[in-house]
Amino acid sequence: MAKLTADFGACQGYANCVVAADDVYDIDDDGIVVLLKEHIEESDRARVEEAARSCPVNALQVVDG
Amino acid sequence: MSVAKILIVGASVGGVRTAQALRADGFAGRIVLVDAECELPYDKPPLSKGLLLGMTDSEKIRLLTEETASELDLELRLGVEVVGLDAEAKQVTLAGGVAETYDGLVIATGVAASWGPWGGLQGQGVHVVRTLAGAAELRTELAAGGPVVVIGSGFIGAEVAASARALDLETHLIDLVSTPMSRSFDPEVGEFFARLHADRGVITHFGVGVDEVSGARGDLTLRLTDGSALKAAVVVVGIGARPATDWLDGSGLRLEDGVVCDEHLRAVGVDDVYAVGDVCRWTDAGTGELVRAEHWTNAVDQALCVARNIMRPEEPTSYRAVEYVWTDQYDWKIQIVGRHETAVVRQILGDPNSGRFVVLYGGEGGVLTGAAVANWPKALVTTRKAMAAGRLLAEVVDKLDGGAAPEAARVGVRA
Ligand SMILES: Cc1cc2nc3c(=O)[nH]c(=O)nc-3n(C[C@H](O)[C@H](O)[C@H](O)COP(=O)(O)OP(=O)(O)OC[C@H]3O[C@@H](n4cnc5c(N)ncnc54)[C@H](O)[C@@H]3O)c2cc1C
Repeated sequence: MAKLTADFGACQGYANCVVAADDVYDIDDDGIVVLLKEHIEESDRARVEEAARSCPVNALQVVDG
Repeated sequence: MSVAKILIVGASVGGVRTAQALRADGFAGRIVLVDAECELPYDKPPLSKGLLLGMTDSEKIRLLTEETASELDLELRLGVEVVGLDAEAKQVTLAGGVAETYDGLVIATGVAASWGPWGGLQGQGVHVVRTLAGAAELRTELAAGGPVVVIGSGFIGAEVAASARALDLETHLIDLVSTPMSRSFDPEVGEFFARLHADRGVITHFGVGVDEVSGARGDLTLRLTDGSALKAAVVVVGIGARPATDWLDGSGLRLEDGVVCDEHLRAVGVDDVYAVGDVCRWTDAGTGELVRAEHWTNAVDQALCVARNIMRPEEPTSYRAVEYVWTDQYDWKIQIVGRHETAVVRQILGDPNSGRFVVLYGGEGGVLTGAAVANWPKALVTTRKAMAAGRLLAEVVDKLDGGAAPEAARVGVRA
């Protein structure tokens, strides 16, 4: 399993993560990212990491655990 | 995969994301990233905003550090300009004459900001905003005080003007066109943003050009085409940029406002050469038209596509992405999705004067073709998803408005 983390203070609501993986990321009415899952399967990690790298302010990480 | 060495020229977001995507895709060969700048790779959008305001700093905007580069086994060659390409021999020439070979080449050299006729005043308080070093210098000069005159009201010019006002400096914004960011917004929306800048204290000079800039650091004078003159401590030139392809002259690549690529982002006419980001002029898979975009998300999306096509050249992926650019000015978050030029219908939801609105554009048949969004996160997500899925403008209206809004108006017909 891999764990999702977000820097909610850094998030600017650009929504690239939502476009890349809307089963994992959403944004709320204030434009701040919402993590729809805490953990993802290892097999899904590459796809979610790709979505995380599409964040213009580097607010998203996928970490071990 | 048999390719042993990928050479990426340009280590900004397009080049760095290509390298990261190759590793994520399992590429085990060598990846060499070359950039003319000595700086560790950094991100450009903050240069005209947070960096000028001191809300971020050079260390926070790095795209790679020595550690992250070595974790991915990327060979970073910084401070090395590439001056030529021999596509036949599969090698580039570095400044100084050394050759560097490749099995696959990724061109990610972006664009260089235009100085217009004012290049001679570089270092005399006249600036363009494209590099970290340049932005840092501008920040120092802004700290010494205004007036600041911004020539050109595209995204970067408008952002610099907003930043200068946030620093409480006397700020002028000059453009020959009648509204700011006029390539991205229809005139009515542009008019709204012209008022926003004026309301925030920018002295705007639309429909006016600059005949001459003279003087020296701290004491510059601009002569405008309407006969007036302005004094400036700092002048920022934001009049556009040119693809950085001089090093490719004579290489056999087709160069026409960028590196001309097929729909798979392969440079036409040569083997094993790809282009990503601002420098890439690709063939739109739908219309066959050549397009180029100077937007962050485009560079990132193209990087993924190129990495895939390097890994799986036998079944290449076409580049298809919805155009997307954001700009942050004052406390406004503005985003543009798709395009407005081809629209036949147009509809506004929300109220511009309340500070939250979206303008939706639709083509024949009512398909959503673009949107301009301000301070409305849900509208941004909804329009981006709808564009990607080819949905109708009316469906977006339903989602955002519950069907309460009147029908979309034909473009050119104002209610
Ligand atoms: C001030 C500013 C603000 C911006 N704000 C936004 C924004 O808010 N939203 C948005 O969507 N986009 C924004 N952008 C656009 C976005 O930053 C660009 O689309 C993005 O940087 C393009 O990346 P790139 O890798 O294609 O090229 P670039 O970032 O231009 O990088 C090209 C790299 O190639 C190197 N290079 C060039 N020639 C050579 C050579 N011959 N040899 C070796 N190296 C070479 C350069 O040194 C440079 O590092 C902004 C751009 C600027 C400048």
